[in-house]
Amino acid sequence: MVERENSLLRDMPRLLVLSLLGLLLLMPYIWMVAASLKPADEIFRASLSLIPERLAIAENYGRVFELVPVGRYLLNGVIVCGGILAFQLIFAIPAGYALAKLNFRGRELAFGAVMLGLLVPPHVPALPLYAGFSQLGLLDTYTALIAPSTISVFAIFLFRQFFKSLPDDLIHAARLDGMSEMAIVWRVVLPNAWPAATAFAIFSVVAHWNDLFWPLIVVNTPEHATPALGVLFFRTTEGDDDFGALMAAAVVMTAPLVIAFLLAQRRFVEGIATTGLKG
Amino acid sequence: MSDAAILSAPARRRGASGEAITAWALGLPAVLAYLVLLLLPTLAAILLAFTDYELGAPAFAWIGLGNFTELLGDRGFAQALRNTIFYVAVVTPGSILGALAIALLIEAGTRGRTLFRAVFFLPVVSLTVAMASAWQYLLHPSIGPLNAVLRQVGIAGPAWLSSSDTVMWSLAAIGIWENLGFNLVLFLAGLTAIPRELYAAAEVDGAPSAWERFRLVTWPMLGPTTLFVLTITMIRSVRVFDTVKVLTQGGPNKASEVLLHAMYLEGFTYFRLGYSAAITLVFLAIVLALMWLQTRVLDKRVHYG
Repeated sequence: MVERENSLLRDMPRLLVLSLLGLLLLMPYIWMVAASLKPADEIFRASLSLIPERLAIAENYGRVFELVPVGRYLLNGVIVCGGILAFQLIFAIPAGYALAKLNFRGRELAFGAVMLGLLVPPHVPALPLYAGFSQLGLLDTYTALIAPSTISVFAIFLFRQFFKSLPDDLIHAARLDGMSEMAIVWRVVLPNAWPAATAFAIFSVVAHWNDLFWPLIVVNTPEHATPALGVLFFRTTEGDDDFGALMAAAVVMTAPLVIAFLLAQRRFVEGIATTGLKG
Repeated sequence: MSDAAILSAPARRRGASGEAITAWALGLPAVLAYLVLLLLPTLAAILLAFTDYELGAPAFAWIGLGNFTELLGDRGFAQALRNTIFYVAVVTPGSILGALAIALLIEAGTRGRTLFRAVFFLPVVSLTVAMASAWQYLLHPSIGPLNAVLRQVGIAGPAWLSSSDTVMWSLAAIGIWENLGFNLVLFLAGLTAIPRELYAAAEVDGAPSAWERFRLVTWPMLGPTTLFVLTITMIRSVRVFDTVKVLTQGGPNKASEVLLHAMYLEGFTYFRLGYSAAITLVFLAIVLALMWLQTRVLDKRVHYG
């Protein structure tokens, strides 16, 4: 907007308003962390002091680690998100390349199918997929958690758009060097697709790490529970009264992605702003 | 994938058919996954909506529009539909106006941009289930900090999440909080794309006040972004599920039932797959209608320039 050399003094009101709004938005985080440090009696006194009179870190966090397999949940989250992302990329990158750079009969049809797939929210195929996994005895497995998300029409669409902008000469040169199309995809096209791949990876991991709907449907034991489901399990076993431990569990499960975000803030924002357009 | 490698040898004199085989070979995994995991289940869901199928039942029958006529008389479903519309109608303007105001404030200066963007974006990357628990504590009627503050000024705060008068407002407030950062980032991108000369020109033409500059330059130039954010937020908030599942399970007495949660209950708790599929189709119809609106909006966006 208007570029003006604002003095810090003139900039003060703006910074003050933004800080107050920011603080308001951070309230759930602030109280979550504060309550996770407080003993139960202090929480029930409902005092407005953020600082605990007596630190109860060991009690609250200890109970979380003792009662629930936190490591298991986090590991499951990594396995599920990693598995989903790997398959999405393996399926989508060659397909995106074929749609962008190869001429073949049925290309319009294939691209139409991709556009059609973009219209369908993942909740729609959920019922038949659930019935299918149930028939195959695959409920409560990593397969059931990962498989339905392995095909991302959005990824195919994204990579197609990205590959279209790559110069044809690059690919012709590789063909003249005698490279196979598969080698071209992984050794020539992919290295040029890192910006799109990173953006999509962040979008995909954030979406599936936070997803509750599908894990809730196919998983009912802690063995395969993802972090989102883990928090839900913890609530049902611990009841709603033990807020100190519940907040500690919330902090532990929220921390990994938030820390990753704070470390690579710009990439996250760009990744989600460019790909999150999918909604 | 070895056949793709074999194809490369005659690549230089390859005809159209060779390229077609390569293309389908490259796309084969995606095509199979698309058919098995997306297209067929989606078609099956549509067919399911016209049956009385229940999981574990030995047989099922085609019942035509039976599920849909049942939906019409189902008061719980009507409530879910009303609540979903209410949620979208509050979260959409709330998170858009809030995000626009904050985006303008952030863009009005150079200090603190990255910091504030990060702060407001934080809820987007936070585990919704965990943050819903934090909200539950914040809004707790007796030990929650919000009501403690209200008590200090002599107001008896309501039971935010367990009273049917306030529960949808509370869920919508959490929805605004969740969506604000996402919309903010889109608005910031839209604002940086506005050519600075336009502001200088507006000033020369006698639009000295900040409000006049906003009205004459920012708002019209931001129009396409705003329309886009509008439809995106509507599509995102029709999908409300996590906070309802964690905080209220649709209660008290269906006062916070929403579409996807009703679909979840019918399908995965009562195992009435046919009926649940009918709710899914209603949900799909709403999402498609919003997407149609979005393409209309994007067409306009092109005409804007």
